[in-house]
Amino acid sequence: MSRLWRWLIPLATVPVLALLAYGFRANPRDTPSPLAGRPAPRFALATLDGAPLALEAHRGKVVVVNFWASWCYPACYEEAPVLERSWRAYRGRGVVVVGVDIQDKPEAAQKFVRDFGLTFPNAQDPTGTVSVDYGVYGVPETFFVDRQGRIRVKHVGAVTDDVFRETVDRLLAEAAKP
Amino acid sequence: MTADLGFGMTLVALVLAVYGGAAAGVGARTGRAALVESAQHAALGVFVLITACFALLTYAFLTFDFSVRYVATNTNLGTPFYYRITGVWGALEGSIILWSWMLALYTMIVVLRHRSTARELYPWALATMLGILAFFLLVMTVAAPPFQRHTPVPADGRGLNPLLEDTGMITHPVALYLGFTGFTVPFAFAMAALATGRVGDAWLALTRRWAIVAWYFLSLGLLIGGWWSYHVLGWGGYWAWDPVENAAFMPWLTGTAFLHSVMIQERRRMLKLWNISLVILTFGLTLFGTFLTRSGVIASVHSFTQGAIGILFLSFLALVLLTALGLVAWRWEVLRSQGDLDSVVSRESAFLLNNVLLVAAAFTVFFGTVFPLLSEAVRGVKVSVGAPFFNQVNVPLFLSLIFLMGVGPLIAWRRASLDNLARNFLWPVVLGVVAAAAAFVLGVRSSLAALAFAAAAFVLATIALDFGRATRARLRAGESLLPAMGGLVRRHNRRYGGFVVHLGILIIALGVTGSQAWSVQTEMTLRPGETAELVGYRVRFDGLTAVEESNHFKVVGAFTVSNGRVLGVLRPAKKFYPQEQSPIAYVDYRLGLKEDIYLVLGDFARDGRQATVKLQVNRLVSWIWIGGAVLTLGALLAILPDRRATA
Amino acid sequence: MSREWLRRLAAPVLVLLVSVAAGAQPPAAPVSEDTVHEVATQLRCVVCQSLSVADSPSEMASQMRGIIRARLAAGERPAEVIQYFVDRYGEWILLAPRRRGFNLLVWLFPLVAVATGLVLVATIVRRWTRRRRDGVAAPVNVDPAMSERIRREMERGT
Repeated sequence: MSRLWRWLIPLATVPVLALLAYGFRANPRDTPSPLAGRPAPRFALATLDGAPLALEAHRGKVVVVNFWASWCYPACYEEAPVLERSWRAYRGRGVVVVGVDIQDKPEAAQKFVRDFGLTFPNAQDPTGTVSVDYGVYGVPETFFVDRQGRIRVKHVGAVTDDVFRETVDRLLAEAAKP
Repeated sequence: MTADLGFGMTLVALVLAVYGGAAAGVGARTGRAALVESAQHAALGVFVLITACFALLTYAFLTFDFSVRYVATNTNLGTPFYYRITGVWGALEGSIILWSWMLALYTMIVVLRHRSTARELYPWALATMLGILAFFLLVMTVAAPPFQRHTPVPADGRGLNPLLEDTGMITHPVALYLGFTGFTVPFAFAMAALATGRVGDAWLALTRRWAIVAWYFLSLGLLIGGWWSYHVLGWGGYWAWDPVENAAFMPWLTGTAFLHSVMIQERRRMLKLWNISLVILTFGLTLFGTFLTRSGVIASVHSFTQGAIGILFLSFLALVLLTALGLVAWRWEVLRSQGDLDSVVSRESAFLLNNVLLVAAAFTVFFGTVFPLLSEAVRGVKVSVGAPFFNQVNVPLFLSLIFLMGVGPLIAWRRASLDNLARNFLWPVVLGVVAAAAAFVLGVRSSLAALAFAAAAFVLATIALDFGRATRARLRAGESLLPAMGGLVRRHNRRYGGFVVHLGILIIALGVTGSQAWSVQTEMTLRPGETAELVGYRVRFDGLTAVEESNHFKVVGAFTVSNGRVLGVLRPAKKFYPQEQSPIAYVDYRLGLKEDIYLVLGDFARDGRQATVKLQVNRLVSWIWIGGAVLTLGALLAILPDRRATA
Repeated sequence: MSREWLRRLAAPVLVLLVSVAAGAQPPAAPVSEDTVHEVATQLRCVVCQSLSVADSPSEMASQMRGIIRARLAAGERPAEVIQYFVDRYGEWILLAPRRRGFNLLVWLFPLVAVATGLVLVATIVRRWTRRRRDGVAAPVNVDPAMSERIRREMERGT
């Protein structure tokens, strides 16, 4: 057997090690949504006050669908004021914020809404159907739906003022153009 | 104060380990005994220092010393005494201390045992072990320091991960790490063999028993891990093919292969290259396991937090593999053995086949575990490789291995004559076929299960046949039955130890087959007084109670289980920890030889008017734990000093 | 008569109650729990790391089992239910990758590994047994042409 050939044994480990090193770049917990660009799944839920809440009712507006839970600390607690602020700032410009509370107890959810003084509609998803329709992994996750009713951006983790403003402004500007 | 003291000791230990490794290496090269002697003192120093670090950290846990960051993040004032001890190794930093301490312990035993018996190999082995120790101490000082000051000192800590509040947490990591670190010793002697060029039998003779010890602890760690999963994680199973479970399973597979192929080298002086490669592979896989658990590269329930430590581990893994395999390439000529086989039908062939299957299984598990990474790198698509995949691809391999378990020990070395085959295997084969037929008549419709039973009956028959025959020979020599059997086992403890281990594996395999083939479950929402039914069991929901524990709040459901008569009340619960987002399921069960009744409390209404319960009847699972006990017995028998050699 | 009327009235109410309790849509047809379990074992619980939807004790998994049950009850075939989840979560949610394209690599690997091992062992075993055969047999069975050549060489040498 050739002398060089035997050195292939140690060298064979190099591609394996390289693959493992590649693993540092990839985040195993970060999974892209196959729903981007696709029509946002419809839903019809009841808000915590008992009013009907349907995605269809807001067709033609930019809709921000936010999935949250009262037990999701701290991320949901960080973004609740952001969402409320942004909702107040944008509600006159054809933007709707919709909260979907998942895997939660009604009392806890109501307390959460009261504590943060949330004025945008919030509904519970008691069976988890809506969260699975949207491919939700955990909370918080936020979907930005354009005026044509397509999901454009999925944001994982707490929404910041910047993320909200940039994404919504982009969707609004785009929609203004024919 | 505590943190500084601990950190200081770690640093000194690191310096000592580096010095000791270098001294032993230079001493081995130049043959200067004084240097090796000095390295021994360094090893002792390292051992004492790590022991002191470990004791100091335990003391900090027991006294709630929150000035140490690690203590503050892994315990709080409510943590019970027992879990303050297990909490020491509950997270990354502590697990590295435990690991290093065991490694230092093994190093000390190697010094004590082999210092005078293996003059050529020993210094190199010592250098290797101290080098590996130095790496772990480096991790302890740089990447995951357990002793870090926490200022300002908080009034209370965060608390232990609730899943770790279990008795299994004292035994599972300890056994697993003893197994993992145990394989360092065979590796160290393999490196010594390569460095000196003495790749013959000396290093194998030295390491065989070490390999059995490490293998046994690894087996035990895996089994206790399965038990922990079964009764803590609350999903009703014992093995999920989680990446980190796989990481512990792979060295077990290659280690098992080594324990068998070692016999061929002992008997026939063949497979030197193969044996050394297996030891390197096994040790490499233990490192890969620690890398996987601690790097966060592949998500897993067992993962510790990720960080710089992953890069450190990967670099070390690369260093070890490239050096060790480079040495193999360098020593290629002496490693190549003049193979010599008399016949294809022989024990040598059976063992070679066994090795092919075990190593193929290990590679399969490895490839499946890293495949998501490959898919992401090549296609950019995330995929999962989980239980359905691993079960499908591994079952045929494991079935063949069980069959070989019957063939290997009885088939003749060198050349098996037709007579030898008929004498040893005619009846076992008949019994295997009968077992398969019986299983079919008894209503087993899964062909895999029927095959498993056939293979098990075949192996059992070979063991019984061999033992019966040997006993009869002794009876003819005039001994009475019990002393004859006892003497046989004592005299050939390695052979019969091996048989008993096989028996244990067989029992575990039966438990796995049964639980996979026949377990049933259902899920129901009940109001108080209502009943769920499953295969003859009736489970009545009696109500919910809330309990306040020292560090958590618990909602307990009461369920009366009966099958005609009342069997008892099971109390599965959900535990709510202030530091955790979601509640932790606490399962309750009633174990039995035939089946376990296993209850998991699901969602419930706060006023106790209804609760969802998952009811499982898991068949034959208890045999897995019984098999573990048998395996322990066999391993003990095999580790005993060989009577034949000394008599 | 009045009992019949009562039953008619009670049935939808009962269905509603049961479905609310089970957190699922009203079942249109009885769904076998085994089928639900079968589908659930193939899907990855999204909040866990390696557990299936069937095994996970988490609330998310429990809701997903409810959705599987409801979809099956609505008349979907198991493959369609699985596709529904794949459309939402991507291939990632399948615990065993689909046997096509690049994924074939992981499925074929075990076969290739065993086959390679067997071929390797077979070659080695053959070489080693032949060496033994040759070693023993060499003095007896020399090729006639060869022995003739050796004889001629020796004659020429002298």
